[in-house]
Amino acid sequence: MKGALRSAFFIALKDMKAYYFKPPNISWGMLFPLVFILAFYLRSPIDFAHLIPGLLSLSLLFSTTSMEAIVITFERMTGALERLMLYPVSVTTILLGKISGGACFGITVTVVFLLCLIIMFPLHLKNPLLFLASVVISSFTFSTLGAFVSVSVKQVFEAQTLANLFRFPMIFLSGVFIPVNSLPSIIKPIAYIMPLTYSIDSIKVSFGYEPQIMHPLLSLLVLTVFAFIFLELSVKILKSRMS
Amino acid sequence: MVKAHSIDDAVTVKELRKSYNTFSALDGISFSIRKGEVFGLLGPNGAGKTTTIKILSGISMPASGTAKILGYDVVNNPVMVKQNIGVVPETSNLYPELTCTDNLIFAGRLYGISTEKAKTGAKELLHIFGLEEKRNVLFGRLSSGMKRRLTVAASLIHDPPVLFLDEPTTGLDVMSARALREVIQSLKDRGITILLTSHYIEEADRLCDRIAIIVKGKIITIDTPEALKKSVRTEKAVDVKISPYTPFIEKEFSKMSTAVKYEKREEMFRFFIEDLDTFMSEFSAFIKGQSLSIESINTVSPSLEDAFVEITGLRREIMIQEKGGGK
Repeated sequence: MKGALRSAFFIALKDMKAYYFKPPNISWGMLFPLVFILAFYLRSPIDFAHLIPGLLSLSLLFSTTSMEAIVITFERMTGALERLMLYPVSVTTILLGKISGGACFGITVTVVFLLCLIIMFPLHLKNPLLFLASVVISSFTFSTLGAFVSVSVKQVFEAQTLANLFRFPMIFLSGVFIPVNSLPSIIKPIAYIMPLTYSIDSIKVSFGYEPQIMHPLLSLLVLTVFAFIFLELSVKILKSRMS
Repeated sequence: MVKAHSIDDAVTVKELRKSYNTFSALDGISFSIRKGEVFGLLGPNGAGKTTTIKILSGISMPASGTAKILGYDVVNNPVMVKQNIGVVPETSNLYPELTCTDNLIFAGRLYGISTEKAKTGAKELLHIFGLEEKRNVLFGRLSSGMKRRLTVAASLIHDPPVLFLDEPTTGLDVMSARALREVIQSLKDRGITILLTSHYIEEADRLCDRIAIIVKGKIITIDTPEALKKSVRTEKAVDVKISPYTPFIEKEFSKMSTAVKYEKREEMFRFFIEDLDTFMSEFSAFIKGQSLSIESINTVSPSLEDAFVEITGLRREIMIQEKGGGK
């Protein structure tokens, strides 16, 4: 177990060194959420503060999934992922390393955004511990989603396209702009099967809002279950593809 | 019939089978490799060489059969197998965005070596492989030959007793290929067991202690290069260079009773004969009678290529094709 975690750490470290500042990561991982934030701020500066928890969650989603789309798909294309299989590490360890790298990138991007927003707006983080837990768990969950998408396709652009298929409905249905409780009852079930919904809800609570779906700790538990499901699926798909 | 696993065997493979949809990549191959031996898998593209390496490396599962490395089963104990092998895949697939040193250290860390030891090992390997000056250069910026050498170096960072080399010199220029062959020879001298796949007959002849000829997923024969050559039923032949050369002389050759037939080969003539002594007596008299002189004369031995062609029934050109060359 210790050896597996150590290997996952080195894989994550290698990914950070090798890929983090590639142009697609910067554009999809940082610029896209930044543009979103600016667009909504310019549209309505007064109401903007209410959108901040959702936008922070959105930046986590985009930065982590974009990272995975690049790293995993690119390495499958070049044969570097097959090379990782030659080392005495399991497929789960390899993916954990990749996912951790993506999650770290997401956390970094989000913390940078948060600091910028704190400077610009009078933000009050009511529960920093819950905020931290939400950001870390959301990052890992979204990163596993990115891994699942990336192992399912062959090319980087296919990974981005497939990721958008998951990401864009989440933008509109997970409570970033419209609270989930205000959604028509026919659409609500869709919101409940989206991990972003639980991420936004727990982050909102950390900013002092009332929970809309469930207790934030339960939201974090649901996110963790999503992470396990995506990881397990990714491991199965990657194993069958590599074999 | 393959012998039972011996303590002297580093690799044992029994009745290994693998299919991709309806295509049978491996059709029940069996062989064993003795410790310290260089064993070659020689065959044309698509014969099953890379599939064999992938199964032995634990990254592809066989449909049936068993494979063991130093007694560890590749299916049941892949981690121990991977700890004991170094693998140089067909493509030099280290990380282009990392430097030579960082690539080696990363490989070492994943084999569970401490960072300090990995750094020392990386330094030594860069020295051995003549890449010291490139230690801080990104892998992606190296020449093909250097990339290949670093890929071999990365496979040795954990000092494995068994090494798999999949088409190690494919795509390299003559000088780089020669340098890499020297490296392989030095690894053999260090006592490392090597499984080498190649579609270069000359390379297998030069480096391997024993060779398995594999075609369409089946091993046709296993023997030493010398024994394979001896098994070839070729006619005896002699290459002769005479001077001065005049075109009419060729007509006179047909009158010689000891030469079955002859061929003009660039500046030489190749005579296919039944008995060397009687041919030499007649040929000496013939040369004297024609007032000619012999510049050089050599008996011709069958090559491994001759053996391969006779054993497999394949054309020589099949082996010359590069990977993907025909696509």
